[in-house]
Amino acid sequence: MTADVVATEKLRCDALLRPGNTNCAGCGMSIGLQWMDHALEGEKPYMVIPACCGIVTAGAFPTSGYGVPIAASTFASAPAVATGVANINELNGDTSPVICWTGDGGTYDIGMATLSAAAERNEDLIYICYDNEIYGNTGGQRSSATPEGVVTSTTKQGKGEGKKDMMAIMAGHRIPYAATLSVAHREDFLRKVRTARQTSGFRFLLMLSPCPTGWKSEPDESVELIRSAVCSGLFPLYEVFDGVRYRINEQPDDTPVSEYISHQRRYTKVSAEATSLEAFIKQQWHYLNGMATAFPADKAT
Amino acid sequence: MARALVTGNHAAGHTLAACGEANREARGCCCGAYPITPQSEIIEFLRDYEFTKGRTIPVESEHSAMGVCIGASVAGARSFTASSSNGLAYMTENIFAAGFYRLPIVLIAVNRTLGPPWNIWVDQGDSLALRDAAWLQFYAESHQELVDTILLAFRISEDERILLPTIVAQDGFVTSHTQMVVDLPEQELVDRYLPHCHIPHRLSLEHPTTIGGLTWPRETEHHRREIQTAMEQVPAVLGEAIDEFEKVFGRRPHGMLSAEHTEDAETVLIACNTMARTLRNVVAERRERGERVGMVKPKMFRPFPRAELAAALSGAKRVGVLDRNHSPGSGGIFWQEIAASLQGRSDVLVQDYLVGLGGGDVTPQVIHEIIDDLNTRKEAVEPIWKEVAA
Repeated sequence: MTADVVATEKLRCDALLRPGNTNCAGCGMSIGLQWMDHALEGEKPYMVIPACCGIVTAGAFPTSGYGVPIAASTFASAPAVATGVANINELNGDTSPVICWTGDGGTYDIGMATLSAAAERNEDLIYICYDNEIYGNTGGQRSSATPEGVVTSTTKQGKGEGKKDMMAIMAGHRIPYAATLSVAHREDFLRKVRTARQTSGFRFLLMLSPCPTGWKSEPDESVELIRSAVCSGLFPLYEVFDGVRYRINEQPDDTPVSEYISHQRRYTKVSAEATSLEAFIKQQWHYLNGMATAFPADKAT
Repeated sequence: MARALVTGNHAAGHTLAACGEANREARGCCCGAYPITPQSEIIEFLRDYEFTKGRTIPVESEHSAMGVCIGASVAGARSFTASSSNGLAYMTENIFAAGFYRLPIVLIAVNRTLGPPWNIWVDQGDSLALRDAAWLQFYAESHQELVDTILLAFRISEDERILLPTIVAQDGFVTSHTQMVVDLPEQELVDRYLPHCHIPHRLSLEHPTTIGGLTWPRETEHHRREIQTAMEQVPAVLGEAIDEFEKVFGRRPHGMLSAEHTEDAETVLIACNTMARTLRNVVAERRERGERVGMVKPKMFRPFPRAELAAALSGAKRVGVLDRNHSPGSGGIFWQEIAASLQGRSDVLVQDYLVGLGGGDVTPQVIHEIIDDLNTRKEAVEPIWKEVAA
């Protein structure tokens, strides 16, 4: 082999997310994992991934789609397993980040108690939820992250209940840092991962993760979908420090939320006007703007 | 050796702490801790202990307690915890995970009845329900045996030929909350006895791997067969661990089982944990009367010492199994294993007695009645419910 080929192979091998992984086309994880790798600037993390698409990403033994050490935990256990890893690493002087990479099922539902407890203990972990608002790995069932009205394989007439406000729940734990991530806003994404890396204690990052299979959307529209979710105000980009200080990163523009929902067949039972979607966005921003005004992360100059 | 009058739970806590501390020059130690009656004093003891390089982490559930142990273990630490009853049931998913990950975690099971209905007293059904989880299982009849078996457990579990976790069980309250004089191991001796914990497949930045990812049927079958192969090596590794134990501590613990007066016995009773202690006295009394009665105490339940048990029972005509557990739709769990060990023997009667369930007091009188019943039997019947006094 030529030196060039060897160097290229090494790059492919050393990447956090290697070529040949099993992610679907248009999956938000593919962008999220690569940007996270980039944000860490060559520093390699230990990762704990529970049962979710993120562990299928690795592919079958003995190969792995990940270029970093991974512990594949049971569904509800990622923060508990990561607690063990982080404590022992610290006792041994290893300061590399320990990252939980989990889906919404493992975060909003089955892993909620474990996550809450690790946050309460303020374990030195970065917890990233790639939220595709569905049990994607099992064929697209509802989770408590599924928005109201969305069709899933267990809500064929549209989900009757709304989505949990996970950021508020984590802010309620008074953790040092919580932020939302968009795969359409690269600089914002990288900065937040770096902020998380430079902060110690429990850090929570919530990424809205497009899932063409579950969302019934086109893979090549994934990034634009997330952009319209952010710009319409449906998925706000913001940060919460110590659970009490807020910073909004992007104000919505005049992008209608229909841009977002009309490109996903999971939203066929929902229309922007006929439902409470616009009212929900309005209420969400009323709350967020109120918090950011009353409890700003940045003091006015 | 420091002789002390302590409870079973104190003895377990002290020994776990000493074993954890013994790994201070390697990757340290960790305990994921969550309380449940009757084991809570163990995790309280560990929480108070000041490790040179180790932590006891209080979590929100047994499931996470084992999760923390798994994480610490994949990071290379010596890891341990304790639980009981419904706590073990709640922990079960991660108990299986620890076994299948091949992590040498040690778990003290303080046996307690599974609920509902709620009952805090002893019954071995909680840990026996974990028999298929790829863990070694030992049952300790006394405080001293508990201490010694914990020391053996780390040594065997962490042996590179084994790399499987171990449950060491003791009776709730009867052992856990009563006091006996025990030789508690001094740190210096534990340091000598236990090599540093080395987990060859621990997470590494230099050689990144995915531990516990996906496998196809063929690899899964290999994985299970490797576990079986490791289990088959336990008797030899246990033998070495006992020899070394004797050199360091000057005492020789029981092995897989102890067969007592079985050489000439026509009637043999089988029991574990504190029932075995009561049985020993009854057997002694019967032998004074000239009766050919013996006993076997299976200390090791996984791997099950089939060949050794069959050898111990080679001359027996009647075998009575005392099962303080119940597998609904079948019977006693020890009985199932013992009957399987004696397959092909038409000259022996194996009778199961379900006795002392839910913590019923198995007195010498109860055991005398069982022996009398067994001696009159011409053939075995379905497991017999032997009620004890209220």
